[in-house]
Amino acid sequence: MEQSEQQFIPKLQVPQSAAQQQAAATTSGDHIFDVKNISCYYGSFRAVTDVSLIIYENEITAFIGPSGCGKTTVLRSLNRMNDLVVGAHVEGEVDYRGANLYGKDVSPIAVRRRIGMVFQKPNPFPKSIYDNVAYGPRINGVHNKGKLNEIVERSLRQAALWDEVKDRLNKSGLGLSGGQAQRLCIARTLAVEPDVILMDEPASALDPIATGAIEDLMKEIKSKYTIVIVTHNMQQATRVSDRTAFYSVLVNPESDTRTGTLVEYAPTAELFEDPQDERTKAYVTGRMG
Amino acid sequence: MAVIADQHQVDLREPKGWRRSSNRIATILMVTSFVVVLIPLGFVLFTVIAKGASVISWKFLTGGPIPPNVLPADVGGMGPAVLGTIEITGIATVMAVPLGILGAVYLNEYGGKNPLATLIGFMSDVMTGVPSIVMGLFIFSIWVLHFGFSGFAGALALACLMLPIVIRSTYEMLRLVPNSLREGSYALGATKARVTVTVVLPAAIGGIVSGALLAVARAAGETAPLLFTILTVTAANPNVFSGANTSLPSQIFVNASSPYDGAQARGWGAALTLIAICFILMIVARLVTARFARYQH
Repeated sequence: MEQSEQQFIPKLQVPQSAAQQQAAATTSGDHIFDVKNISCYYGSFRAVTDVSLIIYENEITAFIGPSGCGKTTVLRSLNRMNDLVVGAHVEGEVDYRGANLYGKDVSPIAVRRRIGMVFQKPNPFPKSIYDNVAYGPRINGVHNKGKLNEIVERSLRQAALWDEVKDRLNKSGLGLSGGQAQRLCIARTLAVEPDVILMDEPASALDPIATGAIEDLMKEIKSKYTIVIVTHNMQQATRVSDRTAFYSVLVNPESDTRTGTLVEYAPTAELFEDPQDERTKAYVTGRMG
Repeated sequence: MAVIADQHQVDLREPKGWRRSSNRIATILMVTSFVVVLIPLGFVLFTVIAKGASVISWKFLTGGPIPPNVLPADVGGMGPAVLGTIEITGIATVMAVPLGILGAVYLNEYGGKNPLATLIGFMSDVMTGVPSIVMGLFIFSIWVLHFGFSGFAGALALACLMLPIVIRSTYEMLRLVPNSLREGSYALGATKARVTVTVVLPAAIGGIVSGALLAVARAAGETAPLLFTILTVTAANPNVFSGANTSLPSQIFVNASSPYDGAQARGWGAALTLIAICFILMIVARLVTARFARYQH
């Protein structure tokens, strides 16, 4: 296990400046992300501004807020998925375990090998179920048949899908139902044993039973992984998350531009029961969008 | 319940008036177009089979050439032309299909909106409209004048003809691959090359093969580009790289313009042979595509 982990999770090659080392030393070991005052742009349009928060190890952190408040944009900036959008860029600093994700020598490939992502719409590859799960290990250099079998079974078991698909591993991943397909995507992410899993509304297209299965799954795997989840469903945030970040939209009446920002970030129970900001209070009590 | 139904008779019949008429007119138009399209197709097929089937035999397909005036038509045959067609089209395919697919991958996956990619895409579309005889003349001037007539020169001309078709069809197929698949692969730490080779191309393989095949079928039936490049002789020439060669379409052209009955009959036979070769090719490609695309549903 130890060996394989080293084999396919390359270390981030980041030359640490003195300041960064100091930052890493002062922040205790359980800071996964240190988001320092970031703004995200699509071209010249500023989609998100002034977001600072700390995400802790082995916790589930939920991002909630109305549509267009930039929670998905912030999520996608945590593993540099936004690099794939033409014209998108981030200002400010995102530290991941003390290393600046947007540092000069950081490879987004290496970042994404450690920080996986599950998307809103299940996106299994048009390959067999087995090949879907084995995809990540394979591109990271694992080709030993026995080893792959072991990874596929373990990942599917972790994703609570093994019993449903063990007899049809060679069938297409596209033949699964919505909930199964999403669990397949989670298994695919687990197969590369990432450090962090980012989930972008993973249950928004699923029925309550499948949603429940995925929530149980999240609680089960959080001892091994750090999870950040974007959700529109406040009950879901209260059910699964340890901390919740509430985002909202700032409307500039002169230019009529809408910019998302972080309003409040606190342990989940605190945020829902005793919100400090008026906007948070209005949102969580259902008086507004 | 029964009382309510009596009071408000629900009308679930087809709506009357203009909506119904327009619906019927559209249906009739569609069926008519379908039939109109089928008429020339069926007529060509019927004529070729009626006039060509009688000369087809194993000896016709493989046998050597005979003087054009000889009757009956079923002695000797198209062996050299069948061989030439397979060789020349095969070499053209090997040159044009990989190049075209890679070009389309560049245009869609790497080029984006940069000016070079836009220019290449535009030029490739322009190339689609170049008359095939111009391709033949082009190869004649840059290749045949220096190295002489050969099957390879013909293959070059056919490859020029196939290239823009392969690029365009592959490009359209790659555009259809949903971005969510690419993102799924990137999120596992794949490089761009990996994403392209292991996710994008397999997802589009069915359409790519179909497009490539249309290009092959088009090239196999081309006469004009070969007139100035292989010269069309009647003797077999297995060496495609040197010396004049022959192919089915150009042989059909020669036979059809010949005044002898025997030659003309063999021309019809050659036409049927060419259609059959394309037909077999299509079936093989469908099977290959189905094999590649078995996980797409």
